[in-house]
Amino acid sequence: MNLKQLFHPQDAVCLPRRRFVQGLAMAGVYASTGLGSHSVLAAIMRQQNQNVLKGNQFDLTISEQTVNFTGVARKATAINGTVPAPILRWREGDQVTLRVTNMLPESSSIHWHGIILPSAMDGVPNIADNFKGIRPGETFTYRFPVLQSGTYWYHSHSGFQEQTGMYGAIVIDPKEPEPFSYDRDYVVMLSDWSDEDPNDIYAKLKKLSHYYNFNERTHSDLMEDIREKGLEQTWNDRAMWNEMRMSQRDLSDVTGYTYTFLMNGQTPADGWTGLFNRGEKVRLRFINGSAMSFFDVRIPGLKMTVVAADGQNVQPVSVDEFRIGVAETYDVIVEPKDDSAYALFAQAIDRSGYALGTLTPDPMLKAEVPDMDPVPDLTHADMGMGHMMHDMGNPMSMESTGSMPMKSPQTEMKCGASMNMDRSQNNMSDTGMSGTSDMDMNANLPPVNHAPTEFGPHVDMRSDSPRYRLDDPGVGLRNNGRRVLTYADLKNLRTSHDMREPDRELELHLTGNMGRYMWSINGVKFADAEPLRWKLGELIRITFVNDTMMNHPMHLHGMWSDLETGDNDYLPRKHTVVVQPGSRISYRVTVDAEGGWAYHCHLLYHMMGMFRKVEVSRG
Amino acid sequence: MKYYWLIIAMTLVHSVNSQAAGMEDDPLLAMIKIEKLEMQDADGDEHKPLVLDASAWIGKDLHKLYIKTEVERVAGDTEEAELQLLYSRALYPFWDVQIGWRRDFDPQPERNWLALGLQGLAPYMFEVDAVLFVGESGRVGARLDAEYEYMFTQRWVLTPEIEINAYSKDDTSRGIGSGIADLSAGLRLRYEIRREFAPYIGINWNRQFSNTADITRAAGEDSSDTQLVAGIRAWF
Repeated sequence: MNLKQLFHPQDAVCLPRRRFVQGLAMAGVYASTGLGSHSVLAAIMRQQNQNVLKGNQFDLTISEQTVNFTGVARKATAINGTVPAPILRWREGDQVTLRVTNMLPESSSIHWHGIILPSAMDGVPNIADNFKGIRPGETFTYRFPVLQSGTYWYHSHSGFQEQTGMYGAIVIDPKEPEPFSYDRDYVVMLSDWSDEDPNDIYAKLKKLSHYYNFNERTHSDLMEDIREKGLEQTWNDRAMWNEMRMSQRDLSDVTGYTYTFLMNGQTPADGWTGLFNRGEKVRLRFINGSAMSFFDVRIPGLKMTVVAADGQNVQPVSVDEFRIGVAETYDVIVEPKDDSAYALFAQAIDRSGYALGTLTPDPMLKAEVPDMDPVPDLTHADMGMGHMMHDMGNPMSMESTGSMPMKSPQTEMKCGASMNMDRSQNNMSDTGMSGTSDMDMNANLPPVNHAPTEFGPHVDMRSDSPRYRLDDPGVGLRNNGRRVLTYADLKNLRTSHDMREPDRELELHLTGNMGRYMWSINGVKFADAEPLRWKLGELIRITFVNDTMMNHPMHLHGMWSDLETGDNDYLPRKHTVVVQPGSRISYRVTVDAEGGWAYHCHLLYHMMGMFRKVEVSRG
Repeated sequence: MKYYWLIIAMTLVHSVNSQAAGMEDDPLLAMIKIEKLEMQDADGDEHKPLVLDASAWIGKDLHKLYIKTEVERVAGDTEEAELQLLYSRALYPFWDVQIGWRRDFDPQPERNWLALGLQGLAPYMFEVDAVLFVGESGRVGARLDAEYEYMFTQRWVLTPEIEINAYSKDDTSRGIGSGIADLSAGLRLRYEIRREFAPYIGINWNRQFSNTADITRAAGEDSSDTQLVAGIRAWF
């Protein structure tokens, strides 16, 4: 895609609102010209419509709804009778009113994810000011001004209702024209559906934490390792994992064994379809509305230009693939130059399944579906062990780098530690991002300190040497031959919102015991934790250290997380920041919203423990 | 019958699990685990012993109440039966300390023990249960059980296991001598149809030592035997 063209607002022909449901008309045209079967077209027409509610007054009803994604009828928690919930289309500058009626037999709530609003409207029971949830039969009226634009989403913040269907997209049209142009506009909502009761899933994880993991390393992997590396090297490579009692395949707690991965509420078998005409620019608003699943998204044959992250415009970057953590959103623009069909392929991080859709000029045309990538192994770097390996002077014993040729001496010299070796390929980009930012950030790191509360039966590991890995695309995406988006690629389109230096720093450690399935922050679970108390007006630099082997998407309500990705003049604004296993990451929060806010890991079965209340008050 | 507890426990597990609703970080849960329910077949044995090795717990992340039992029945008679009732406290990331009461029902006479154990996962992924028993009139016993799960595939699991029992004093009426009493080594191959349900086949080798072996031989029985086993492993 031509970035310059993309980047001249004056050239932009802004048709999004008009074209938003144009696909519907398209499908109608095909039907009338007698192409294809009516049932297929009818289905696609329904999908094209995308169930949008527009305006500034909304009536939403939460109720039980029978759905069938797997051949078995199951009860879902739906909004206005649909899963996913309707797309809400707002306008920046409007005051929106949302009357939410709870027809469930239990308490419910809706949280507007990533939306800047007063605490009382944030929808987190017992955290948001004066909000106790919406009791059965009650209607709660949310009313707030829309101060931003972009792609966001909304979901229940009560029980496990999000897992059972309560999630939907929010699209906010900007006051000013977009800084890029496009002809079509689709929401691509990714989610994970299980026929199991979420309470059962949680109980199973507590009883047998690897219950859903059917990608463990087995006999054949061992034999292959021994053949390739010899017995001694194989033993040594695996020694640390064995000593630590950890699995190198601990990628997802809940997997495709129970999940059916959905794209806009369609199973891979049904496949959501988005239509385009050759030469059109198509904006895809990816939202990860999953309970537990990270996805690696690509469209074989098409470059994707990432134009926004978490709803906020970023300097466009062209990639083949991106990883989307739970609750993140990415807006990309694609420009198919021919009349082929393209697969929207979103494989789960643990390769236990995928969500699938098709981008096609012709509803009868099917795209070839790529194979899933091999199941990756976690590396020592993912355990926060970069230094240890470095000290051993044997970075090539790293599993991840085993198949990789030696990198340039420059890279070697600069980094040495395993994860940084991964960068060279992924930074062969046209963005000019040199990747030195990590190096600078890692240059003078003080030794990591673990609080006394991090020691005990509830914490099974602590990172010895957590490092900034912004340009690490993450386990399973390193050196895969594709240009993969990393956080180091994200730069705000405009200058940083807050140019001050942080008033203070706050270091938070993400902790847990995988085997016991307990999760916490600094070793203290939410039930035992004091709220974090922040002063209105201060600028806090928050650093996360991940003392676990999992990615945790950390979501701060009510205030932006200005992510330090290398250039402090262009900090991208995010609402959800993925903290990679064994890594360190920092962002700045301008504390500009009074009241009570939730701050938590967005993995649904982690968040009960890995959760804090933030209290923002004056002086 | 002294196995009523099993039915009671199962009912309890069911009711506890079905109540664990909504967003609680540390819900009260319960679990029943049948490690082994197997038929054993050795050359020359007229009757095939039926062996049960099971446990149940109820509790939260760090505190649990455990019941453990081992029963061996031959031709409709209970030859060996013991029951442990333990409080289990997670003290280390991979280890629980367990303290409680063990009662041996069969063979007669019945014995009571105070049990103090350590259960958990050792480095290199060995599941270990090590217990010290202190009984009446100064009897002391010890038991070490260790097993490993080798995954042939995602569902075929080979489990080598050893168990050693040792006692400080002879207990001739129950066929026990002082010193290392017996060692058993097993190798079981299971297929997990579901995580919760796996049939298996295997081989089990037992050997008695020193005084215990003498007592057995004096009764005209073998102090060592090898059995083929077939059974199920299940939990919920």
